[in-house]
Amino acid sequence: MSLTKVKHIVLILSGKGGVGKSSVTTQLALSLSLAGHSVGVLDIDLTGPSIPRMFGIEDSKVTQAPGGWLPIPVHEANPSAGVGALRVMSLGFLLPKRGDAVVWRGPKKTAMVRQFLTDVLWGEMDYLLIDTPPGTSDEHISLVETLLKDTTPEQLAGAVVVTTPQAVATADVRKELNFCAKTGVKVLGVVENMSGFVCPNCSECTHIFMQGGGRAMADDFGIKLLGSVPIDPQFLVMIETGKRPRYPAGTLVNGQDMSTLTIQDTTSGADETRDPGLLVEKYKDCSLAPVFKSITDEVITAVEQSGTSS
Amino acid sequence: MAPSLEEPDHVEDVIAHPLKQKPNLVAPEPEHCPGPESEQAGKADNCAGCPNQAICASAPKGPDPDVPVIAQRLSGVKHKILIVSGKGGVGKSTFTSLLAHAFATNPDSAVGVMDTDICGPSIPKMMGVETETLHMSGAGLSPVYVMDNLGVVSIQFMLPNKDDAVIWRGPKKNGLIKQFLKDVDWGDLDFLLVDTPPGTSDEHLSVNAFLKESGIDGAVVVTTPQEVSLLDVRKEIDFCRKAGIKVLGLVENMSMFVCPKCDHASQIFRATTGGGKGLAEEMGIPFLGAVPIDPRIAMACDYGESFFDSFPDSPACKALKGVVMGLADQIGLDAKDVLPEQ
Repeated sequence: MSLTKVKHIVLILSGKGGVGKSSVTTQLALSLSLAGHSVGVLDIDLTGPSIPRMFGIEDSKVTQAPGGWLPIPVHEANPSAGVGALRVMSLGFLLPKRGDAVVWRGPKKTAMVRQFLTDVLWGEMDYLLIDTPPGTSDEHISLVETLLKDTTPEQLAGAVVVTTPQAVATADVRKELNFCAKTGVKVLGVVENMSGFVCPNCSECTHIFMQGGGRAMADDFGIKLLGSVPIDPQFLVMIETGKRPRYPAGTLVNGQDMSTLTIQDTTSGADETRDPGLLVEKYKDCSLAPVFKSITDEVITAVEQSGTSS
Repeated sequence: MAPSLEEPDHVEDVIAHPLKQKPNLVAPEPEHCPGPESEQAGKADNCAGCPNQAICASAPKGPDPDVPVIAQRLSGVKHKILIVSGKGGVGKSTFTSLLAHAFATNPDSAVGVMDTDICGPSIPKMMGVETETLHMSGAGLSPVYVMDNLGVVSIQFMLPNKDDAVIWRGPKKNGLIKQFLKDVDWGDLDFLLVDTPPGTSDEHLSVNAFLKESGIDGAVVVTTPQEVSLLDVRKEIDFCRKAGIKVLGLVENMSMFVCPKCDHASQIFRATTGGGKGLAEEMGIPFLGAVPIDPRIAMACDYGESFFDSFPDSPACKALKGVVMGLADQIGLDAKDVLPEQ
């Protein structure tokens, strides 16, 4: 069984699509890795896998070893810098062409999710993050069924639920929370993504997708709000082009000064080349890194609590 | 056993026969089951030794007998338009409700909206009818009417509590979609808009198969500008092609954000690979337009109001009007009839 040596399994769930499950998964993985843990990311969004793109490893192919598949390494462990290894597995790696539609019905998706959980050779690892598609259907039922059957309660730490602030999104996410309650998956907390956009020109914060919805929902269900994540176009640019995030002087994110450009850097805007270095290194410069550090700390605390209480 | 993933995928078979009645099985489907409804049922290599093999092999393989019933039921519907996107949260439901409101501004048009997102229905909230329920009449289930000429059907209207999770596997979802088409008394409609969940799976296959006989005008594909989204949308367009659904056009949503304080335009979801326009050119489909981000759209959706009526002069509304006219053109209608000047 490929999950026996994995210490903690955390699901990333949301009833709503496009709220940032994959980007939250990516950033949690990077932050956990920066905290020195070895991390694996499993993407079970079968019809729209985004994780390979997020880590910039779309061209990678899975290798087969005796007994299963080997996950794709994003970076190796670097004990001197306190960085843990990060590895990824996604259906995206198995598709022959990136534009091809995966037209699968329920039973086939079920079989594939089971296979992903049993046949990947993760080895020894601190955290396995499982990124899911939106909804409460085949993939989710199979995932939770298999995990409840094949792992110990100590291993299955729980779920991080992602939402955006507007009521249209929380309406769907509330269904996901009820899904967790019905299936007995513990909810570690809620992350409110896309809460506010800071104009790069005048630093005015606009609540594009309303505000406060995540907290209201968390209070309603008596669960913890792990943090609110603002929109940072620089994060997307880093993912899409590999550029190191740079911020003009005076950029404040959650009260912290993130400016890295003291003088107007004329080359930074037009230059679209990929900066050298690992994604995890560049992420340290992203304004969202401190936000996710605190979310990650909350997750680690919650995971360890659930480990000792059960 | 060594894992095998690269087995050939019978996409054509799946698209052609999504609606076969599933036979009553005596055991759970094994891994790599070709699907009890598929052409290969009982005959594939993986079926050897399966306790269901004889049942699957002898099950009837004809088309679903309800398809002609649906065609009959929908014979009074002039145009059927799907709203699809491989990616979630790009604004399918927002666009569907805006489109419905735009079509309904013409008092002579009758508009129906069918929400096939079973696990995350958003249309009722956006239309401000979240607490309504469906009623049975002699002619069938009556849609919930938002306006005199705008009716909506969604699973949300059937839930005892509004936060209830719908934990259903594929076949059950297909059954509900069939019910929406077969048992709902749609009456005579000018437009039936079908909002879909993200992805390319059960819901899409069944909507396509059930509506094939009565004719689908085509699909409007919604995307946001960044490549992470285009990646999934490309798959959806590939699906439409394989399934024989005409792509009426691509709409780019959330394309720009204009700061309300300083009017500085930011690209929040940066189009590093050409955005929607680039994708439309690459795939050879019409580009219907780009709609900017407006926080007031999010607000109108949360409060169930019509953004179209509340802020007719906003840039987003103007862009949407352009998209609606382009769409009218694609389905062979005169833009002036669809969206009369007020």
